[in-house]
Amino acid sequence: MVRDVAFGQYFPGKSIIHRLDPRGKILVFIAFVAIIFCTFNYCSLAVTAAFTAMFLILSKIPFKFYFKSLKVIIFIVIITSVFNLFYGTGDVIWQWGIIKITWNGIHRAVFVTSRIICLILASSCLTFTTSPTELTDAIERLMKPLNVIHFPVHEISMMMSLALRFVPTLLEETDKLMQAQKARGADMETGNIFKRVKALIPILVPLFVSAFRRAYDIATAMECRCYRGGTGRTRMKSLHLSALDVMSFIAMGLVIGGVIVCNIFIPSVI
Amino acid sequence: MNFISVQNVRFSYDDIEETKNPVYAVDGVSLEFEKGGFTAVIGHNGCGKSTLAKHLNAMLLPDSGKVYVDGDDTSDENKTFDIREKVGLVLQNPDNQLVASIVEEDVAFGPENLGVEPAEIRKRVDSALKAVGMYDYRMHAPYKLSGGQKQRIAIAGVLAIEPQCIVLDEPTAMLDPSGRAEVMNTLIKLNREMGITVILITHFMEEAVLADRVVVMDSGKVLTQGTPDEVFSQVELLKKHRLDVPQAAELAFRLKGRGAKIDKIPLTAEDCVNLLGEVLG
Repeated sequence: MVRDVAFGQYFPGKSIIHRLDPRGKILVFIAFVAIIFCTFNYCSLAVTAAFTAMFLILSKIPFKFYFKSLKVIIFIVIITSVFNLFYGTGDVIWQWGIIKITWNGIHRAVFVTSRIICLILASSCLTFTTSPTELTDAIERLMKPLNVIHFPVHEISMMMSLALRFVPTLLEETDKLMQAQKARGADMETGNIFKRVKALIPILVPLFVSAFRRAYDIATAMECRCYRGGTGRTRMKSLHLSALDVMSFIAMGLVIGGVIVCNIFIPSVI
Repeated sequence: MNFISVQNVRFSYDDIEETKNPVYAVDGVSLEFEKGGFTAVIGHNGCGKSTLAKHLNAMLLPDSGKVYVDGDDTSDENKTFDIREKVGLVLQNPDNQLVASIVEEDVAFGPENLGVEPAEIRKRVDSALKAVGMYDYRMHAPYKLSGGQKQRIAIAGVLAIEPQCIVLDEPTAMLDPSGRAEVMNTLIKLNREMGITVILITHFMEEAVLADRVVVMDSGKVLTQGTPDEVFSQVELLKKHRLDVPQAAELAFRLKGRGAKIDKIPLTAEDCVNLLGEVLG
């Protein structure tokens, strides 16, 4: 049940997107997130949507996984779009009591929905095609300049990659604990919110205990394999930018350019 | 001097200066491990065998006595990582010793820590994965593999450091029979074909039978040692200390007790079948 979550998983593959340098991918992703929130008319929205679609197709990952990751946030999407629908300004086209719908509200709802969807799809594309190790490795390298101000870059990226490594393991454990408690008659599905939260305690306590035990074990295992911090450490996969990465930067540049041009020449609708 | 030499080691998890009667997990153990040998260390839970294992690669340091690895004293802090490079330790729970989310990245962890060149790491990772027969799974996520496969990845992770000796602390305790067989076959292959010294801590007698030498531990001390034949023929001694013997040996021992003419106690099912064939004529 808890294992159905597709968001944040990695699917190994050899597509163009998989082969991009993770550092480049992260930079493109950050730029893309920024540009999603700079779309003010349908033309620029279409440009970002097209860019998202292009990445999804190039990633060669079955669309059902993208749908799965959207499913997780569908409630957030619905709630935010409903709120936006009723909070528009301008000419009222339908009114019932204090609830009114305006063209502006409809536009807003459409924009918020498509922005969130693009955002989730793009971030899924990033995590689906980049292994957690690559991701943390890239973050470590991108943050390297911070070493100058004694920011513990290596330690933080190590913690992140270990945390990501243990997500599936701990999810599996939670599942087992829930089944074990249910087998002893624990009731987790009925009652009010307080009762349900209380029912979680017998799951959380053993989960924490075992997480600490695992942490101790993994520290021993790391020491056994000669781990002694970031100094003097090399990496098997050295990262270097290829022509492919340059192309992704150019594509990103075109999108930014496209959105700016659209924003200049076409009036904003929200 | 032998490759690993354990000399009169005592170790307590209690603080020996504060506690009046500290409990010694390892209580005066002296052992020698030859290069290229395959030794099994057996004993009950809590007999000190895991504690002994952690002394062999300087994870724990003796309270008194010395451990020498290839001539280096484990208590010399400057040598700690040299020793860990020579002696790899594989732990019991495969889930808790894999650090990366992709098999090959996990295997690369050891050589990365040693500061090996990227191209050389690639070579080591590939050959380590081939040695344990997991090369085809190099791009998989560890949590999707079976227990036996995960444990073989853990062995590959240690192999990539290119140690001369591998110590395994109950590597098969959490595995099903087929997983156990996978791991044991891998270990035998590493020992016979690559000449790696293997020290296997286990409580499965069937696994100990496959070693060249068996060390039996009981309450922190070495009870007896020798070839599997020598050790498991002492059925009475082992029984007295509530230790199991292989089923074949047990059967032969009981038959002997009832007056059957048996000279040599069999250790494997095959030997036992042959023996019974002879006895029954």
